[in-house]
Amino acid sequence: MLKTILDRLLQGIVVIICLLTLTFFLIRLVPGDPLTDEKAMPPQVRAENMKIFKLDKSQPVQYLYYWKTLLQGEMGISIKKRQPVSMIISQSFPVSVIIGITGMFIAVIIGIPAGIIAALKHNSLIDNGTMFLAMLGISIPTFVVGPILAKFVATQVPFLKVAGWGGPFDWILPAITLGLGTAAYLARITRAGMLDILSQDFIRTAKAKGADQKSIIIKHALKGGLVPAIAYIGPAFAMLITGSFVVETIFQVPGMGQHFVNATKERDYFLLQGMVLLFGVLIVMVNLAADILLTYLNPRLRS
Amino acid sequence: MKIEQGNSLWSDAWLRLKKNRLAFISLWTLLIIILACFILPSTSLVEANPNGNLSNAFAPPSSKHILGTDQIGRDLLWRILKGGQISLLVGLIATIISILIGVSYGAIAGYKGGKTDAVLMRIVDILYGLPFLILVILFSIVITDISKQAKPFLIEDLKLSKNFAELVINIIPLCLTIGLLGWYTMARVVRSQVLSSKKLEYIEAAVSLGLSHKNILFKQILPNQLGPIIVYTTLTIPGFILTEATLSFLGVGVQPPNSSWGIMLNEGANYMETKPLLIIFPSVVFAITLLALNFLGDGLRDALDPKASKD
Repeated sequence: MLKTILDRLLQGIVVIICLLTLTFFLIRLVPGDPLTDEKAMPPQVRAENMKIFKLDKSQPVQYLYYWKTLLQGEMGISIKKRQPVSMIISQSFPVSVIIGITGMFIAVIIGIPAGIIAALKHNSLIDNGTMFLAMLGISIPTFVVGPILAKFVATQVPFLKVAGWGGPFDWILPAITLGLGTAAYLARITRAGMLDILSQDFIRTAKAKGADQKSIIIKHALKGGLVPAIAYIGPAFAMLITGSFVVETIFQVPGMGQHFVNATKERDYFLLQGMVLLFGVLIVMVNLAADILLTYLNPRLRS
Repeated sequence: MKIEQGNSLWSDAWLRLKKNRLAFISLWTLLIIILACFILPSTSLVEANPNGNLSNAFAPPSSKHILGTDQIGRDLLWRILKGGQISLLVGLIATIISILIGVSYGAIAGYKGGKTDAVLMRIVDILYGLPFLILVILFSIVITDISKQAKPFLIEDLKLSKNFAELVINIIPLCLTIGLLGWYTMARVVRSQVLSSKKLEYIEAAVSLGLSHKNILFKQILPNQLGPIIVYTTLTIPGFILTEATLSFLGVGVQPPNSSWGIMLNEGANYMETKPLLIIFPSVVFAITLLALNFLGDGLRDALDPKASKD
């Protein structure tokens, strides 16, 4: 098990290095440099700026400088905003994480019970209805759900706002918007996992032995039946965090999404690197946590 | 003596698909949507007015404009159909690109096996770890910026009209981006299929007959894996249409004056408060298309591969 974790950790580090390197050289493929867009910068000032940001050096040298800064624990300064990247991130990152986590929470509390119930009532009206709703949830994107919730729910419920980011009440609509699609996937996966387990011999044995329905489900079926759903939560969380870009736009939430899109458009090199680094670390960590949980739940993976 | 006619895999699958009512309805719905998008805009049934007519903006549905008009007075139905052309095309082209890469990659990994397989699949593992949307946004902006330089070439040397050149410059990078970043699952699916069918007797027979590797892989193994490939293709298209719409919604995909469903949803969201029809109509068509594609994919999976689990 320790070997698996170390292996995954190593792979995660490779993922992050690849991501940073790819971003670094990709964004520099775009013709021009971040300072060309700025209007009427005197040549002298421009040259000075180029020097400050090391843009006058060749790309491989810039790359090495970037790693040097990073290994010293710094992320550089945003070329456009003239603020430390770490400061911009420390303001917007918590917002993105809050939306991601509350979205995941909503997905789990809706998706997993729905999947379990659908599996227990296999081929009934409840099952078919749930699966139809799940397919609907998968097919309707956040940028359709969001405006609908904003229009029809936010205007009706007194403490909900159409847009903005103040207290925890403002988390509700963005999180629901974000979580519904994942809830739908989770419901389908949970149902399939439960159906698979419920058809196995040890469940029949438990039934034959006279164990009651409730204890069969809780003691025997759930543990194995939920494995595929938990395996999905890792990658799903990554999708939620990046998927929140859209939700941030709809509900005007000051998260990392807008910074990321703008940093890419404006070629704000260091801000972009910082954003990508954070997303990378977050996603690798979540996947690692999911892997550990999975090995714990599924003894067959422990070898 | 009467000889019983055997059923081929495909006719069996077709029978199974026909029994699945949802999948069958989806198939027809899709055909109707596709035909409508590509044929109706060039008929006189829908009024085409690309430049709009400000005095007729936000007109409610009427006999002249069945779904009403948009913020600059263009017929909404015409826009939905035209936008549908782009959304469907992007979904399809991007899927073809990803299938070509994914199938070749997975087939080579599965067929070669051993160290090659281990290395190739390890690379896929790492690529899987990269956040899809982040890379799609990054690639899309970069490739679009670079390809803008090709515009004079398209207009002056290839004599394309300005509108068409703009469309090409916009759409091709988008399809490339999505296709280049979306082939991993296909590679995994094909690899495991090839890996298991490699051990079957008819392949052993082909090897002992001295067929070339290319022949064995492309003429013997892959044609027998068409089922899973088709199923996965059907499930990829809606995902990619959604990706295009997401990018366009964020302002980094299809660029106006070109239009797609994502663009329409983005514009519609601005008028949500006062003119909800502008987002409701495109949303409905968009959702129905995705729903139909997903149901069809599910149905095809049950039909072509009855053993596969429904995840």
